[in-house]
Amino acid sequence: MAPDEADQECPVCVEKLRKVYRVPVREAGVGAALRSLVKRNTKDIAAVNDISFRIEPSEIVGFLGPNGAGKTTTLKMASGLLHPSGGSVRVLGYEPWQRRREFLSQITLVMGNRNQLEWDIPCQDSYDLLAAVYRVPPAQYRQTLEELTNLLELEPLLSKPVRNLSLGERMKCEVAGALLHRPKVLFLDEPTIGLDVTMQRRIRAFLKTYNQRTGATILLTSHYMADVEALCKRVVVIHHGSLLYDGGLSGLVEQFSAYKTIAIDLADGRAGIPAGGWGAYGEVIEEDGGTIKLRVRKQETAAITGRLLADLSIADLTVEDPPIDEVIEKVFASQP
Amino acid sequence: MRNILWVQFKTSLAVNLQYRAANLIWLLGAVLEPLIYLVVWDTVANVQGGSVGGYTRSDFAAYFLAQMVVGRLTFTWIMWEYEYFIRDGTLARRLMRPLHPIWVDVADNLAYKMFIVVVLIPVTILLIFFFQPALQTGWLDLVAFLPALLLAFVLRFCVEWALAMAAFWTTRINAINQVYFVVFLFFSGQLAPLDLLPGFAQTLANVLPFRWMLAFPIEVLLGRLSAQEIVLGCAIQLGWIAVAVAMLLWAWRSGVKQFSAVGS
Repeated sequence: MAPDEADQECPVCVEKLRKVYRVPVREAGVGAALRSLVKRNTKDIAAVNDISFRIEPSEIVGFLGPNGAGKTTTLKMASGLLHPSGGSVRVLGYEPWQRRREFLSQITLVMGNRNQLEWDIPCQDSYDLLAAVYRVPPAQYRQTLEELTNLLELEPLLSKPVRNLSLGERMKCEVAGALLHRPKVLFLDEPTIGLDVTMQRRIRAFLKTYNQRTGATILLTSHYMADVEALCKRVVVIHHGSLLYDGGLSGLVEQFSAYKTIAIDLADGRAGIPAGGWGAYGEVIEEDGGTIKLRVRKQETAAITGRLLADLSIADLTVEDPPIDEVIEKVFASQP
Repeated sequence: MRNILWVQFKTSLAVNLQYRAANLIWLLGAVLEPLIYLVVWDTVANVQGGSVGGYTRSDFAAYFLAQMVVGRLTFTWIMWEYEYFIRDGTLARRLMRPLHPIWVDVADNLAYKMFIVVVLIPVTILLIFFFQPALQTGWLDLVAFLPALLLAFVLRFCVEWALAMAAFWTTRINAINQVYFVVFLFFSGQLAPLDLLPGFAQTLANVLPFRWMLAFPIEVLLGRLSAQEIVLGCAIQLGWIAVAVAMLLWAWRSGVKQFSAVGS
C-alpha cells in the first residue's frame, strides 16, 4: 500500500502499541528442571503496553525511560524488526514489519552497541556497499559522503578497517554509514553510549545539523541527559511499558519536580551566613564559602526568595530548576 | 540489482582476502579430507588385489581428486553461520537493509569460490601428477560437467539455506547440522563412491537429494555416466532445486515472522 499525504504529515504514528513477550518461567532446582521437561510454564510479559504518540515532521523527540522500560522494543517495532502484538505503528505511512524496500530505504536504525559496518574492511568499502544496496545515485553518494566526511572529520578514518578504529571513531563512521542514503526518519538507540564527552558533543552537534539541513524526523533514546537537552524540545517518557509523559522538556521538570534550587552569593562571604543556619530557608545541597545552593519547595520559592533578600546581604541570587537527570531519576523512583 | 550483487561480491572478496591465511588453513583441511579417504580406499584396494567393486587404485585417485574440487566448489557454511547471526543480532542488521539477506550469502559464496579456485587449480594439478588418477573424461563430459556442477551448487545452497532457517526456532541448531552432515557424508558420495554402497543404500541415495549435490557432478566429470543418465540427472537436480526453493521461501517467511514475534 502506498502512503498517502496524510501519512507523510505524520512520519511516526504510534497508536495503542503493544508488544507481549512469552517467556519461559522455571523455579530453581533440579526438581523444577525435570518438571520443565514435561511441561513448560510460560508467562506473558508486556514490554510495551498501549503506547500512543505522534511525531511531527522534522521533530527531534527524546525517548526516555530506565532500562527495560520498553524503549528499544518500541524502536524495533517502529523500524520493522519486531511485529507488534497489538495496536499499530506507521512510519512514513508504511507498516514497518512488512519491511518494504521503499520503507527501508527511507529510514535508519542506529544502535549504539551494535555495529552496522563490515568489521574487516575499510569504512570506504562499507560505504560503497551501502550506497549500492540503498541504490544511492553516484553523484548524490559522492556529495553526501563529502558532506558527512567534513562534518564528522572522517577523512583519516575512511581507509582504516573498522576493527582498527577506536570506539569514538567507529561511532562516527557508523552514524555516517547510517545516513548515506539520507533517511527521512532516524531511530537512534543510545547513539552516544560509551563515548567521551567531546565525542558525544560532536555527534550531538552533527545530528542537529543533519536535522536542520534535511528536515529529518528523529526519535532518540539516550541515557545521557545532555543529549536530550541539546537536541530535544519534546520528550516521551515510558516506564514499565506504559506512557508516563509526553510533552516539552521544561514541562517535564514542571510536572515532576516539586522543588527548585536557589543559588546565592553572599556579599560578605562566610561572614554573612545567618546565625541560625539555613534551616529556616531550605535544605543546603551545596556550600562553598559564601556560595550556597538551597533546595526549596516550588510553591514556597517566591516567599523564601523574598525573605532571603530581606534578611541577608546578598550579592547575587538565581532560582534554577533542578538538573533534568535528577528529575528523571525521581520520576522513575516514584513509580511503583 | 546486478550492481548491488557486484559490489557485494567485491566486498566479500575483500573480506576473504583479509582472512587469506585462515582461508588457506580451511582449504588445507578441505584438501586433506578427501586425501584421507583416498589413502584408506587405496589401502583397501591394495589388500583386495588392486580393486574394490570395480574401482582400481587409480579410479579411487580420480574419484577423490574430483571430489576435492567439486566438494570445495559446492560447499557452503550457511548452516553454521545463521545460528550466530540470529543469536548475535547480525541478522537484524541485514534485515534493516533494502535487500533480501540471501543475496549477501550468494555473493559471499561466489566470492569464496572465486578465491578458492585460484588456489585449488595448482593444488589439483600437483595432486594429479602425484596420484596418477585414471581419467576417462571425454569433451562431452567436460561440457556436461559445468551445468551439473552449477546445479549441484544451487541445490546445496538452497537446501542448506532453508535448513539454516531452523535457527529461528531453536538456538541449538548445531545438533541439526550434525545430523545433516552425517547423512550427507554417507549419501552424497563424500565417504565412498555411491556404487560401492549396498543396493538399498544406492536406491536411497538416488531418491535423496544428497547425491545430486556432490556425487553426480563427480560421476559426470569422470565419464562414468551415459548421455541419457546425465540429462536425467540434471532434470532431477532441477526438480530438487524447485523443492528446495519452495522450502526456502516457506522457511524464510515463517522464520522471520517467528523472529520478529519473539525479538532479537
